[in-house]
Amino acid sequence: MKFSVSWLKEHLDTTADAAAIADAATNIGLEVESIDDKSATLTAFTVARVVSAEPHPNADRLRVCRVDTGKDIVQVVCGAPNARAGLIGIFAPPGTWIPGSGFALKVATIRGVESRGMLCSERELQLSDEHEGIIELGGDFALGTPAAAALGLGDAVIDVAITPNRGDCTSVHGIARDLAAARLGALKTRPVSAVPGKFESPIRVSLDFPAGKESACPLFAGRVIRGLRNRPSPEWLQQRLKSAGLRPISVLVDVTNYVSHGWGRPLHAFDAAKLRGHMRARLAREGEKILALDGKEYALDPEMTVIADDAAARSIGGVMGGEDSGCTESTTEMFLESALFDPVRTARTGRMLGIVSDARYRFERGVDPEFVIPGLELATQLILEICGGEASALRVAGRVPEWRRHVRFDPSDVNRLGGFHLPDEEIAAILLRLGFELRGRGPFDAMPPSWRADVHDKADLVEEVVRIYGLDKVPAAAMSRPYAIARPVTTEPQRRASLARRAVAARGFAEGVHYSFIPRAHASMFGGGDEARQLENPISADLDSLRPSLIPSLLAAAARNQARGLMQVRLFELGVQFESGHPGAQANVAAGIRAGEPPRHWTKSVIRPDAFAAKADALAALDAVWAGARSAPVKAGAAHWYHPGRSGTIATGPKPLAWFGELHPSIASGFDLKGPVSLFEVFLDAIPASKARSSKSRPKLEASDLMPLTRDFAFVVGADVTADQVVRAARSAERKLIESVELFDVYQGSGVAEGKKSLAIAVTIQPRERTLTEAEIEGIAQKIVSTVAKATGGVLRS
Amino acid sequence: MQQIAAAGDSRALEDVRVGALGKKGSIAELLKTLGGMTPEQRKTQGPLFNGLRDRAADAIAARKRELEGEALEARLMTERVDVTLPAPEAAEGSVHPVSHVRDELIAIFADLDFKVAEGPDVETDEYNFSKLNIPPEHPARQMHDTFYLKPQSDSTRTLLRTHTSPVQVRTMLAQKPPIRIIAPGRTYRRDYDATHSPMFHQVEGLVVDSETHLGHLKWILEEFCKAYFELPAIGMRLRPSYFPFTEPSVEVDIQCDRSGGQIRFGEGRDWMEIAGAGMVHPRVLEMCGVDPEYYHGFAFGFGIDRLAMLKYGIPDLRPFFESDLRWLRHYGFAALDIAALHESLSQ
Repeated sequence: MKFSVSWLKEHLDTTADAAAIADAATNIGLEVESIDDKSATLTAFTVARVVSAEPHPNADRLRVCRVDTGKDIVQVVCGAPNARAGLIGIFAPPGTWIPGSGFALKVATIRGVESRGMLCSERELQLSDEHEGIIELGGDFALGTPAAAALGLGDAVIDVAITPNRGDCTSVHGIARDLAAARLGALKTRPVSAVPGKFESPIRVSLDFPAGKESACPLFAGRVIRGLRNRPSPEWLQQRLKSAGLRPISVLVDVTNYVSHGWGRPLHAFDAAKLRGHMRARLAREGEKILALDGKEYALDPEMTVIADDAAARSIGGVMGGEDSGCTESTTEMFLESALFDPVRTARTGRMLGIVSDARYRFERGVDPEFVIPGLELATQLILEICGGEASALRVAGRVPEWRRHVRFDPSDVNRLGGFHLPDEEIAAILLRLGFELRGRGPFDAMPPSWRADVHDKADLVEEVVRIYGLDKVPAAAMSRPYAIARPVTTEPQRRASLARRAVAARGFAEGVHYSFIPRAHASMFGGGDEARQLENPISADLDSLRPSLIPSLLAAAARNQARGLMQVRLFELGVQFESGHPGAQANVAAGIRAGEPPRHWTKSVIRPDAFAAKADALAALDAVWAGARSAPVKAGAAHWYHPGRSGTIATGPKPLAWFGELHPSIASGFDLKGPVSLFEVFLDAIPASKARSSKSRPKLEASDLMPLTRDFAFVVGADVTADQVVRAARSAERKLIESVELFDVYQGSGVAEGKKSLAIAVTIQPRERTLTEAEIEGIAQKIVSTVAKATGGVLRS
Repeated sequence: MQQIAAAGDSRALEDVRVGALGKKGSIAELLKTLGGMTPEQRKTQGPLFNGLRDRAADAIAARKRELEGEALEARLMTERVDVTLPAPEAAEGSVHPVSHVRDELIAIFADLDFKVAEGPDVETDEYNFSKLNIPPEHPARQMHDTFYLKPQSDSTRTLLRTHTSPVQVRTMLAQKPPIRIIAPGRTYRRDYDATHSPMFHQVEGLVVDSETHLGHLKWILEEFCKAYFELPAIGMRLRPSYFPFTEPSVEVDIQCDRSGGQIRFGEGRDWMEIAGAGMVHPRVLEMCGVDPEYYHGFAFGFGIDRLAMLKYGIPDLRPFFESDLRWLRHYGFAALDIAALHESLSQ
């Protein structure tokens, strides 16, 4: 909501300058977004007159002008088609910074002719996008007058962000009223008297709604004004509108905008000659269409309100008028409408049709129901003053709906919610200044004014008092600390996420954060892409599916990095993946990828992105959050985006705890990834919760003084026997004494038969009570050999 | 003795030893002559010869150690490596600024006994809007350009939460006051330009208790800002504003200095908007099963990404989610740089 300081001062008697007004507005909740003071930015520009304009000797489109700046006559080369002798325009001398062009003007020689300055267009002054020609001033200005004054930009323009609850502040008058309550000045109210009708309006008005939908438009007033001479608005009116960023069109349109912006009362001006019969407010008919003022045709539905004549819908109620019935410069007879449209219905209509308009902006926030008729009278007065003509008597259908309501309010609530004490009288004084009517003492009975549809209960009243009193005066008050020393505040899943993050980062992975939505094509590759996980209104077609896995986000990010020449990627994310489109159907996952050939190293000790790198990554993440990670069973195979032969699943039950492995080659090529890719996914929510323990005391350490001894065995087994089978078998041979079994070599080749492999293990035996004799050790070794043979068919390699 | 000192290596020394102390060595021969001597002679010559033998043996042993030391020294000199060669696999991992700042927020609010609460990213209209006093067609919904999901198989309509405030609702419905929580998480709005991303992060705070007021809110926000920006003092301004779920509603500005193209907090005369807050609307309390006659509450919300940008001088929002490795390494945090109040929130 933009307004100039002089426009505000039409409504507020104050000596405050722009900065003081802006401060006061911000302090009461009318957040000032900017103060634009053209008189400060346009100081170098002045009014000048073109004395003569001759064709440029060397260029058809240029003219050589002699320009009287009031101080002297200078030569200016100008390309504007409207540059001609006698024109009064805006001149910039050399050295001036031209804000709309972004350069400082210099003395220049243009096609051999010297130019000492510039005649400016509106765009060059950043007044509008107009660049067809140079500015032509209409009025009678002394040469040398500052441009800002001549252009009516002498005063600063303040732009205020109006919060959605403050429909009453969508007008200059409303802002003035709020500032007056904050004692920045006195509110000036323009007396509105009823314009006596010279004749009966030939156009009647009516409300035509089915039972139960009357609230769509409870009040509809209008009148005919005839004998008009429509024309461009006078300078003062044009300047008011321009300062608010509105484009002046003609008096009849401009006055409605002036009243809308000035008093928050949207009106619509129909050309009476283009209407057929009488006017009514009704709901649109199925299939009804209207060509609106923005030149677009809209299909209406039966929940939208229209203003219609006997033939057709002529405007979309509270949103936008129709193109075919609008006023033009040739209009001589108008029908001026003022109606009360329901906020919710107007908001819906605007949203469904995608129309953003000044009328919608005000109606959906709620307009003052008591100003429907006064606003119409005010506009009538202004039109008659400027365009002449005569007005009919009013036609009114419906009535002002009941808006009065009473809020019971205990002044001590200000203290309870606000945390500071204010005497009852001061609280009452603030509310009275805001237009409330109060009854009673102690607990008040407060009636909000007609323009404050947003105030309903005691918390709203506390807010009114606090914001006018001044939030900056509310003292900070320390809150009690329930514990002297802070207690743990995170849940086990939260701690796990944090630990997993740090563990994976410590392995050299960079943490990324990616959108929860991905292209449908990617989602489909990872078990998603179904309707239930589709966005109805994605920001773009390639961000339309909730991700079923974190992997596609990581692969896409890796590909982007490779495309920039960063070929080796180690990237992880700790985030959510979605199982359906229902709340709660999401899982926390730690996932990471290694992509690209590893950097070469002179020691040749590099980690290639393969199944075992991924296994180590997955185990590191799992180990950081769960004590059972190292002993959890590992099975071959994982989800279908993994290489079927080079992937594994860590699980203790039916639900996987982690997947790891190499990326399926067809997916790698789908993402345009270079080099090998390994990946892992750890499903944090699937990890069993730790058992609640009453004590953090640990069991006593059993560390033997007896020397452990190690024996190596190599077994020749079938190629399909897993290392895990051999290790588990060896361990089970003598549970009490075998401390650990480590697999240290895998061999296939000469010396080992086709279809077989040799697995070498180191078994560590820990004597418990006494040292073992050679015979005992030999016994254990025999047991190991026989157990492994029984479990796997392996024989000791000779 | 001269021969011992002159022995240049262990072999020469061994020759000397054999020549003196060996079976036919000179000292051994000398000792053998003791057998042919008279007792008197033996008494005088014996210790003399034995002393000579002991001294020779000691000298040889000393020389041997010396030679071994020299040999080791010489061998080690040949075993030099170029220590400037790169060590294998230098890990260069990093933690995302959003994660780090989230940890900082948790550390700070933990000290004020705020528990960490969470809620789903996919929400219902009821939790995201209705129960927060934002009925359908409310103009405030325009401030939340919402992503909707296609109708579910059971024809329910869900959306991506536009703020973390539904966690307030879920918390109040699930537990009785007193409540002190913060709820960090992902949030979504259909907004995509230089300063907006369709996904971003918020942290919500909620306090519900029998005696809670605006003064407490102001105090919490002040204490938080000082702790987060690691400043002894920082100016703060509350401005009246509007959120449907709070009443009164405020926006929170902190003092800053923008001169010189860099933002410094805790000094200067400018203001920077940093949070939205307010007293929980009585209708919200009521809809969440909390008696508004007895309990009051306040809520506040910060943008986590924005807090990260302000504190760590990160200029743009959009690269947060693009995972350019150069950006992640530059703005990320070391794996073990863990936010803790007793040390420092960040290194």
